[in-house]
Amino acid sequence: MYVAVKGGEAAIANAHRLLADRRRGDRTVPALRLDQIVEQLGLAVDRAMGEGSLYDRELAALALIQARGDLIEAIFLVRAYRTTLPRFGYSEPIDTGAMRIERRISATFKDLPGGQMLGPTFDYTHRLLDPSIVGADADAPMQREAGDEEAPRVTDLLGREGLIEADGALAEGEDVGDLTREPLDFPLNRDLRLQALARGDEGFLLALGYSTQRGYGRTHPFVGEIRIGEVDVEFDIPELGFAVNLGRIRVTECQMVNQFKGSAKIPPQFTRGYGLVFGQAERKAMAMSLVDRALRAKEFGEDIVAPAQDEEFVISHSDNVQATGFVEHLKLPHYVDFQAELDLIRRMRAEFEGKREAAE
Amino acid sequence: MKTGLSPEATARKHALDVLATAPAKALAERWDAYGDKPEHQRLRGPETGLVMVRGRAGGGGAPFNLGETTVSRASVRIVTGEVGHGYCLGRDLDKAEAIAVIDALRQRDASRIEAEIIAPLEALALENDATRKNETAATRVDFFTMVRGDN
Repeated sequence: MYVAVKGGEAAIANAHRLLADRRRGDRTVPALRLDQIVEQLGLAVDRAMGEGSLYDRELAALALIQARGDLIEAIFLVRAYRTTLPRFGYSEPIDTGAMRIERRISATFKDLPGGQMLGPTFDYTHRLLDPSIVGADADAPMQREAGDEEAPRVTDLLGREGLIEADGALAEGEDVGDLTREPLDFPLNRDLRLQALARGDEGFLLALGYSTQRGYGRTHPFVGEIRIGEVDVEFDIPELGFAVNLGRIRVTECQMVNQFKGSAKIPPQFTRGYGLVFGQAERKAMAMSLVDRALRAKEFGEDIVAPAQDEEFVISHSDNVQATGFVEHLKLPHYVDFQAELDLIRRMRAEFEGKREAAE
Repeated sequence: MKTGLSPEATARKHALDVLATAPAKALAERWDAYGDKPEHQRLRGPETGLVMVRGRAGGGGAPFNLGETTVSRASVRIVTGEVGHGYCLGRDLDKAEAIAVIDALRQRDASRIEAEIIAPLEALALENDATRKNETAATRVDFFTMVRGDN
């Protein structure tokens, strides 16, 4: 039975006012502006955007300020915002092969067409805190004549020799699944898994990816390529009769190359895991590609023995907004539920006492 | 992507591509500097909505839904009757409306729009892209082999 209880309006209003005060903090410290967050906390913005599943850097920055820097709260705010807007449609698939590359590395080939470009990376930094950056300007980046050399995807290079499985195509008559429109129905096709992973929690996917490296569903991965940069978003405009470029978005792509599979019909080939994430999010893209490969276990006839290979387990728990909703709902009033539990335990104890007295 | 567009459609697409990609500030400066803007009537919007961005498994395989992006759009009719459409990423309604008016105007006076708005914005984009590309190129790794002594 539900008993409606009212109360707490004043407490809630005052709590929100207190939150606004604590969010603002010491009034003698200048208030943050959106452009400061967008420019100087760019990777936090990218994460809020990626897991919020909405590409809009200013909105993600606003969410970060409003959430006092709590990333999952910010992601929640971004997700809630997207439900207020109409959907115009679906873009043409982005072409990561035509990316304007800002970083591109391969752990499988030293000399590859287009070269290895480190870009703005934390790699090779000493991870020593540097107080001198606070309030300081930075030197302008070095430049070097780039030339017109193409940088094909590493997997395409391997593909030319047939050493690696092809990208694969959508099965005849299949539509692209969209988990924002239809509830998930297991087992899933890879398209829906990739959508879920792309918006999944970085920490969760990182832990699962790590677990595969430690032997829980081992896949023998190599980073074929990581590339970060901007791609065009083309959108078909019915009133024009052709697709136009809406602008560019930055994405991170990871091609994980994994150990072989073959069959009676197909000679052994490297298998693959794929990661694609909004913004600059290399760790997330790598984790996603590891988990994508692990989740293809059934497709390759591998035994499902580890959590990272269990599609329903992984996809049902990868969304941090869903997870936080269910975990955090525990703090909402459960007074009536708990009253029932109290009654039950009192009765059980009475029975226990009764039995003991009878035995004596 | 559609292929075999007519020359006019190709030119129109090119202009719309450049306008959408242009930074809002640079576009506004060009548009502000453009004399005799026509009166226009709003047919739809300007309004903001979402487009679901698609990727492809493995980069070139089956499409999947990566996540949404904000998009603004506007459709207008200028006094001389031409209808223009503007689309761009983000929530900048003024930018979408300006693109729509420029698109309509381009159907009347393509050469002036090309010369005063599209070409300068494209040049700016090329310059910015070249700078970024050269900054990235400076981080390119030049591998060299350590030659061991022969003793």
